[in-house]
Amino acid sequence: MEVLTAISKVGIYVIFGVTLLGAMMAVTLRNIFHAALSLALTLIGVAAVFFVLRAEFLGAVQILLYVGGIMILVIFTVMLTTRIGDRTIPTSNHQQWPVLIGALLLLLYFVRMIGKTPWSIKSELAVVSAVQIGKSLVSTFIFPFELTAVILVAILIGTVILAKSDEGEEKS
Amino acid sequence: MDQLFVHIDQAIIHWAQAVLPDWMAVIVAMKIPIVAIAIFGPVTMMYLTLIERKLLARIQNRFGPNRVGKFGLLQPLADGVKMLTKEDIVPEKADKIAHLLAPILIVIPALLVFAVLPFGRNMIAVDLNIGVLFFLAMSGTTTLFIFTAAWASHNKFSLLGGMRSVAQMISYEIPFVLSVVPVLVVVGSFSTVAIVEAQPGLHWFVFTPWGAVGFFIFFICAVAEVNRTPFDLPEAESELVAGFHTEYSGMKFALFYMAEFMNVFTVSALVATVFLGGWQGPILPSWVWFLLKTYTLILIMMWFRGTFPRLRADQLMGFAWKFLLELTFVNIIVAAIWYEMRSPLNHLTAAAILIVTIIVLFQFNKTEIPKKRIYKYAYAD
Repeated sequence: MEVLTAISKVGIYVIFGVTLLGAMMAVTLRNIFHAALSLALTLIGVAAVFFVLRAEFLGAVQILLYVGGIMILVIFTVMLTTRIGDRTIPTSNHQQWPVLIGALLLLLYFVRMIGKTPWSIKSELAVVSAVQIGKSLVSTFIFPFELTAVILVAILIGTVILAKSDEGEEKS
Repeated sequence: MDQLFVHIDQAIIHWAQAVLPDWMAVIVAMKIPIVAIAIFGPVTMMYLTLIERKLLARIQNRFGPNRVGKFGLLQPLADGVKMLTKEDIVPEKADKIAHLLAPILIVIPALLVFAVLPFGRNMIAVDLNIGVLFFLAMSGTTTLFIFTAAWASHNKFSLLGGMRSVAQMISYEIPFVLSVVPVLVVVGSFSTVAIVEAQPGLHWFVFTPWGAVGFFIFFICAVAEVNRTPFDLPEAESELVAGFHTEYSGMKFALFYMAEFMNVFTVSALVATVFLGGWQGPILPSWVWFLLKTYTLILIMMWFRGTFPRLRADQLMGFAWKFLLELTFVNIIVAAIWYEMRSPLNHLTAAAILIVTIIVLFQFNKTEIPKKRIYKYAYAD
């Protein structure tokens, strides 16, 4: 059985590595479409990490929303850029150093928070079913849940207004 | 007969435990369903192409392939050899990496979704507790790879096909996912096994009012999701040469075809599982029932292809956003009402609400036909 444990450990580290590699490529590649594809790879990698940690619901939702939904929108936007034929559109800009400082501060904060949090260590992974997630969403976490709904409605109304005002200008 | 394949699986595991060391036996036990699916998927695809060609030929009063083997039964093998030996042409301006990756990656989700299909009693590769969600998530990623193929080809026809595919899939994904929700509400689980077990004997969900409506929405969206006629705008031959796979030849083209036909099978199988009771049914073994229902749905899809003309792009969008989406929302509420009320009354209430909704939606979606003009002064009377 030790062989199996070793194999699964190697597998997990491969998933971690591929996810990080995808994230690196998403910000460094010069071809904007390749960058979008690497972002998709990263998101799939995160979903795989969820699956490994037995958070299947989160993993499936991650793929459904991010890969199936948001990635398609990202690619749609790439399609609408004017110089789609050009192979090298630089994705970097002139704010690399401030961003690096900000990212490092964020990393420091995350490390501190992870160190502070009392993690419960169990020998068996607790499997949380979708039913439990749903129940806690509409009871304990009802406020953030409703807040998200309000934000989404606001976004919808905003897009409708944007689309409407365009129409009005055309007519006048 | 019912547990035939389960017994074979058990026998192989027993043999492995006796002969091999422990850890290898575990791997063997894991590999059996994987190997079974990896063989079953492509073989199904090969013969689906033959069935489709034969059936379309019959619809069009022809014979179809009948030269290679009896009834053309060896035709798929001959096609396979032809595809493998064909020259692999990559356009000069194409994005080489993406052009290579797209056909390979598109097969992966098509094969993965086989894992959560219950082929019969105890015949499922993995009984994930989020089975249906896993299926929907995996089949949703296909769009990404279709678009990669379209973009990598650096060809206007491919790009147009890819754009159409993305627009269509985004629109139909929403009613596709939401039309399963009534079933999840009633069953209370994402697991495909639990959904099948909630429809014992002939109590299939399609026989309830919300089930019938859900079945129609789900099946129509399924046809749209796998890009088949009448929703085959991404590869419309008469407008776009071949759409997103214009620049693919040989085995790469075959891989697109393989993904498409495996998707046809899996999506039909999911429709059968969710609304037609999966492997439930009297007398015959469970897996026979499952295959019977799945192939019936596949044949209906092929029948569509033989009879329906292609939709126009605006009709396609309008149908998804103005008709199917509203009906799915109403259907979810109706399923909840049906679940809460007592037996004879709930069917009537649900059916009444749904019929009223459908009539109202039809009224709103009526195409405006301008009144016939009468030219008073045009004719000399």
